Amino acid sequence: MKDKKLSGAEILIKSLEAEGVEVIFGYPGGQALPIYDALYDSGIKHILTRHEQGAAHAADGYARATGRTGVCLATSGPGATNLVTGIANAYMDSVPLVAITGQVPQSLLGKDSFQEADIMGITMPITKHSFLVEDPAEISQVVKEAFYIAASGRPGPVLIDLPKDVSTVKAEYSKPDKICLPGYEPVLDGDRRQVKKAAEAIAQSERPLIYAGGGVVTSGAHEELLQLAELIVAPVATTLMGIGGFPGNHPLSLGMLGMHGTKYANFAVCECDLLIAVGARFDDRVTGKLETFAPGAKIVHIDIDPAEIGKNIQVDIPIVGDVKRVIKQLTEILSPDLREAWRDKITAWKKEYPLSYCKKGGLKPQYIISEIYRQTKGRARVTTEVGQHQMWAAQYYTFTRPRSFISSGGLGTMGYGLPAAVGVQVGCPEDVVFDIAGDGSIQMNIQELVTAVNYNLPINIAIINNGYLGMVRQWQELFYNRRYSQSELINPDFVKLAEAYGAEGIRVTTRDGVAPAIERAIRSGKPVMIDFVVDREDNVFPMVPPGGSLNKMLG
Amino acid sequence: MRHTLTVLVENTPGVLARVAGLFSRRGFNIDSLAVGRTDNPAVSRMTIVVEGDDQVLEQVNKQLHKLIDVIKINDITKDAYVDRELVMIKVYAEAATRSEIMQLVDIFRGRIVDVGRKTLTIEVTGDEGKIDAFENCLRPFGIKELVRTGKIAMLRGLKPGTKNNGYKEEDMV
Repeated sequence: MKDKKLSGAEILIKSLEAEGVEVIFGYPGGQALPIYDALYDSGIKHILTRHEQGAAHAADGYARATGRTGVCLATSGPGATNLVTGIANAYMDSVPLVAITGQVPQSLLGKDSFQEADIMGITMPITKHSFLVEDPAEISQVVKEAFYIAASGRPGPVLIDLPKDVSTVKAEYSKPDKICLPGYEPVLDGDRRQVKKAAEAIAQSERPLIYAGGGVVTSGAHEELLQLAELIVAPVATTLMGIGGFPGNHPLSLGMLGMHGTKYANFAVCECDLLIAVGARFDDRVTGKLETFAPGAKIVHIDIDPAEIGKNIQVDIPIVGDVKRVIKQLTEILSPDLREAWRDKITAWKKEYPLSYCKKGGLKPQYIISEIYRQTKGRARVTTEVGQHQMWAAQYYTFTRPRSFISSGGLGTMGYGLPAAVGVQVGCPEDVVFDIAGDGSIQMNIQELVTAVNYNLPINIAIINNGYLGMVRQWQELFYNRRYSQSELINPDFVKLAEAYGAEGIRVTTRDGVAPAIERAIRSGKPVMIDFVVDREDNVFPMVPPGGSLNKMLG
Repeated sequence: MRHTLTVLVENTPGVLARVAGLFSRRGFNIDSLAVGRTDNPAVSRMTIVVEGDDQVLEQVNKQLHKLIDVIKINDITKDAYVDRELVMIKVYAEAATRSEIMQLVDIFRGRIVDVGRKTLTIEVTGDEGKIDAFENCLRPFGIKELVRTGKIAMLRGLKPGTKNNGYKEEDMV
């Protein structure tokens, strides 16, 4: 019978296998050694990133691209604290993530031991839930609950902190049969009376607008959303997180709304008489000044998280439930409507105020992104860092499929795109993956380039290099009297850097060089970093100044 | 407006930190928080008094609900409920004032739990108004130390439709 006992670490790995985990992104260290020892004999693939933050972002990118829960693993103390930004990032964008950390043995807990950090306390505000495991016999149950919590309801990161004595001591492994969480029961179906009220409001509306957020992508509601929009002829504006949730090339698509949204999306918000918010949370980057947001509209708000309803804005018809199911419930009782006047108005706006940029001068970021779109036929998985390049990617790459635009929305984490691209390529080995980056952001997790080389992940990195922290510079230009305080960058030679890491480096300084460079990158079959040296002081327009009304756009 | 919430939570390590952290992070004002285990050792009960308008309270409720360890929340402010708080006050008591203080203790149905050379320590329970009144009465004598438990509260009777281990209210009288 003695043989049947397993160490806590072995139970952990067995439990992860039982959850169907295929890959872990991580970095070993002292208190995680027993876990890494158990992993040595396991069928689970481990991707060794070069920084724990990279591991968290890679697991996050993997989760966003595949819809499966991402798993990252780190040791105690600095390993765990290095995960923090990645966990916060996943929390803000509702990404299912399980973060496992080694911890000092329980006898040393609370004694400021070597590499001790209270990671459960540190991450409490940025996790959906967390566990400190005290007994190896609990591990299998904890893992099951952690995966269930991370992926169900409104997804989010869950932390499992595993003291070294718990991962070392032996216990019997028993497969947990059921989950017991009396305080956790997500509501999935919309209340029928509320759905009926919403349907009535839609029937009465002359100018309905659908405002679609990340919840559409998360719940896999893209087909249902398309059906609803076409049925009631409502244009669809998405948030940054909602990109890909509705085909960007559809006549009813308004692209993105908000601070850097299209003019026609923001006009539509100002003029609609019914706003149907679907899996979105009225973030300040979307609404601008709350008092003038959708001023003449009744608001329907569909979300799985009851706490989002009424948080930032008072709504008329709230529906708590899974977006996919609620839209289905709605379309079942709605009848088609043509709304020709509204549709004509939208079409006219789109014709009159298209996204545009000045084509004179040097190399244009917008052109580069359009060319990436053209060559990948809109079918690449695009990750981004954070800043101007991110907004240009959102504007000029037309996304038609969910889970193809992978970007740090809520937290706005520079350094997200490269490790996320690693995770995306691991999860989607057949797809072309592009990290659209800035020269500032790319340096925040540049070490993950060698991870891509190490595992033969043929990711493509397009650096939009303007020698500035571009978005910071843009704000300084517009709101701080052109005082460019600490926003100009002295950069390394990105081509040499790529080569030093064992990747391919290409520099492009002219328009004519763009297409061949992208083609070469896609064909190379190895990680490629392209340094696009662009016009230095281009701005992202349109732009709603912070706290301004959506109809008052610059540019 | 002040609201009284009774919150059932799983008795896990860190649950108090989760609740307290949530309140401070979201800028909700706690007036008092009292916590202890229930008849079921796996479940603790918190009585939280929180200040805020209806919109704030709605958020407090919903954000609390998001905590996995929170099982049930009841805002009992508008229902009939019994509430109690316990206070211990150490007050200066010279020979000249001692009997006067003891009379006050009688009036408030308190108890003297310790007698020092120059002080009396008094325990009083009651609702918040009574505790405040008692404190005010003792203030002129000089309060050396004071500790309040914070309010605990319970609904009167049974709410219609509430299950209570299968007993009906009649059975319990």
